Amino acid sequence: MWRVLEPKWRTAIQRIREERSRGGSGKLLTMVVAGSAFWIGVFGILYRILKYIRGVEDVGPLLAGKILGVVLLSFVGILVLSNVITALSSFFLAKDLDLLVSAPVDWLRIYLAKLGETLLHSSWMVALMAVPIFAAYGVIYRGGVGFAPYAVLTVFPLLALPAVAGTAITLVLVNVFPARRTRDLLSIIALAAAGGVIMLFRLIRPERLASPEGFRNLLDFIAVLRTPTSPYLPSEWASQAVMGFLQGTVDPMPLVLLWSTAAAFVTLGAMLHRQLFAAGFTKAQEAAERFVRGGMWRVTIGTALGFLPVGKREFVIKDVKLFFRDTTQWSQLILLAVLVLVYLFNIKTLPLHRGEPVGFFYVTLVSFLNLGLAGFVLAAIAARFIFPAVSLEGRHMWLLRSSPLDLRALLWSKYWVGTIPLLALALILTGMTNVLLEVRPFMMAVGLVTISGLTFAIAALALGFGALYPQFETENAAQIPTSFGGLVYMMATIALLAAVIVVLWQAVYQYVRAVYLGQPVVVDAAMILWFVLAGALCAGATGAALWVGLRRMERFEF
Amino acid sequence: MIRLENLTKHYGSFVAVDDISLEVPSGVLYGFLGPNGAGKTTTLRMIAGILRPTDGRVLLGGDDVQRQPIAAKMRLGFIPDRPFVYDKLTGAEFLRFVAALYGQEGDAIERRVAELLEVFELASWKDELVEAYSHGMRQKLIISSALIHRPQCIVVDEPMVGLDPKAARLLKDIFRQFVARGGTVLMSTHTLEVAEAMCDRVAIIQHGKIVAEGTVDDLRRQHRAGDASLEELFLKLTGGAHVRELVEVLGDGERTEPRGPS
Repeated sequence: MWRVLEPKWRTAIQRIREERSRGGSGKLLTMVVAGSAFWIGVFGILYRILKYIRGVEDVGPLLAGKILGVVLLSFVGILVLSNVITALSSFFLAKDLDLLVSAPVDWLRIYLAKLGETLLHSSWMVALMAVPIFAAYGVIYRGGVGFAPYAVLTVFPLLALPAVAGTAITLVLVNVFPARRTRDLLSIIALAAAGGVIMLFRLIRPERLASPEGFRNLLDFIAVLRTPTSPYLPSEWASQAVMGFLQGTVDPMPLVLLWSTAAAFVTLGAMLHRQLFAAGFTKAQEAAERFVRGGMWRVTIGTALGFLPVGKREFVIKDVKLFFRDTTQWSQLILLAVLVLVYLFNIKTLPLHRGEPVGFFYVTLVSFLNLGLAGFVLAAIAARFIFPAVSLEGRHMWLLRSSPLDLRALLWSKYWVGTIPLLALALILTGMTNVLLEVRPFMMAVGLVTISGLTFAIAALALGFGALYPQFETENAAQIPTSFGGLVYMMATIALLAAVIVVLWQAVYQYVRAVYLGQPVVVDAAMILWFVLAGALCAGATGAALWVGLRRMERFEF
Repeated sequence: MIRLENLTKHYGSFVAVDDISLEVPSGVLYGFLGPNGAGKTTTLRMIAGILRPTDGRVLLGGDDVQRQPIAAKMRLGFIPDRPFVYDKLTGAEFLRFVAALYGQEGDAIERRVAELLEVFELASWKDELVEAYSHGMRQKLIISSALIHRPQCIVVDEPMVGLDPKAARLLKDIFRQFVARGGTVLMSTHTLEVAEAMCDRVAIIQHGKIVAEGTVDDLRRQHRAGDASLEELFLKLTGGAHVRELVEVLGDGERTEPRGPS
């Protein structure tokens, strides 16, 4: 199995070496600092919660176990979905499969190697996330040095089980549909399911469960906590195993259950693989035959952009077609729509309108801070959809660079194709939020103008950093923002958001103060100066990011 | 039409192309030959404006590719060795897109698209996404895209790879007609029979330098090779002894018995 995976791990080692020889220590340091900050954040929050819970008599350990059970259950859910999608690539679409299948390699070795690869690719993020969580439990409940290896022993089968299950689901699906259709189907189903779960979770308003009025007495509450959430699910066994260890009552049963089930799953998975893989792999070679006319885009966008030179116009049409014909791209819009609804729902449920003038102050504050939050949401969306734009052209640069297309036209097209939908979303988010908050016209105007300026800058930063840190070898657009460049882009955007918010706060504070004191709101020179400064920040970031991106693109070599 | 002046390309300390100067006049089909890693593709990519030279310059019809890129590239049709095309466009859409990059659209282009797809036997595939095309079909599509804007010169890297015999013959005929009408073709190839049969002149490049240049007859005379074939000349100039040694090793080496999966 080690030998089968040799090209993969050797490539990884070589990449690290190349990175080091290029002086990538700054890159590594940034990654370590950002990762550590995230870990410390998660650890800190959970530490505080667990410390508080531990102090509650009787209920404390039960509640801590329940929280761990829910966290692990959500991990299992995420892992199954992620494994189903990853298994499709590693078992059926990967480039090394032709070599492996044609080589005299035993089917079991291929299965185990590919299962290991799937597990690693789909679980590393969850495994990293589990570190600060288990660390917080270990510290609060004084698990001692032995807790770390014990936690690893518990988590490993918990990662393996969804990997086997996800792989088996994919194996069956590929035998029913061609692999490329299955990928389309899965990305829609997975994202619709994820969206549905988020909606459901938000609409039942879990924060209400925290209020004691929901339960008749303490015994009812304890009874609910004692009942296992899902006695047949491995997440529950893992939670029992961990809490048992931490409370000093070591019961080997949950661990035995975890390991024996994992072993049984791998055996059953291997048997299923033996039966179905050959047929599925053959079917996976079938292309998704699709005849498309594409006349709709030519009529709509082509006509609307009739004033543009033909090169720019066709470039925009091409980008729009590629986006909507790739299911893995547009299906993520489902999740985006759900997140926007949840966002607005959260604003609606804020208990703000309880009276004047305190209500006015908080409404204005929330509306103002919402600009930062909306900006962050837009930055994340731009990271997913605009940041990869230049990288995705990598394989086609031979055509673009050998043709008389001006690179500025390419950048222009990428910028506007990304910015216009982002701007529409930004205006909807901010406008709707301000309507729900019932803000005054001044704040509505400040909000809409600021978010527009921020959107232009965020889109430019995404494109600029995307050109500065291109990932030409990655075919999957969703993987591109998770690179080092994606991290630097997010850090730069957050810095811009913070700067704009700080600058604008001076003007908004002047406005709030005047209204609060019952004085007329005067837009004086000082206020205008702050607005101009905020505008200059956005314009500067936009111009600089596009300029740097263009210069970098001119130096690309293929 | 194509003029290379002291063209040089360094990758770090490695010299891929070393001070090459070359002139390819109009109406000539020029072969660019050399072993793997000799610098052929790097040279062609610099001519096409995809790579920036470390030193020297490329002129297409008198326009410098780096200084007047738009004017220079308007004359050019480039066919790369690897056929990367937008998978989610149809064949017809791809050709229209390429025409638009050259500022061309309208009925004339629609007719040209239909004509090229017909010639390369892709007409029945024109509304199908490129992701369903075979390697050879992609190659044909890229060749069509290089011809869509009626270029004055074509730079082509390994044109015969992936083409079926019929398409290969068609391409040869197209190139010959193109040259007969005053066009220029600069073609790199490993298929020496093709080069010998088609090219008016050839250059042989090794370790980034041109080691021989002229018609095949010129090369025979220069290297006192009698009536040797281009293949024999090529091996003589680029270290054919190695090839003979390799053939001997492969022929006399111990036969490895299959041992089954380990």
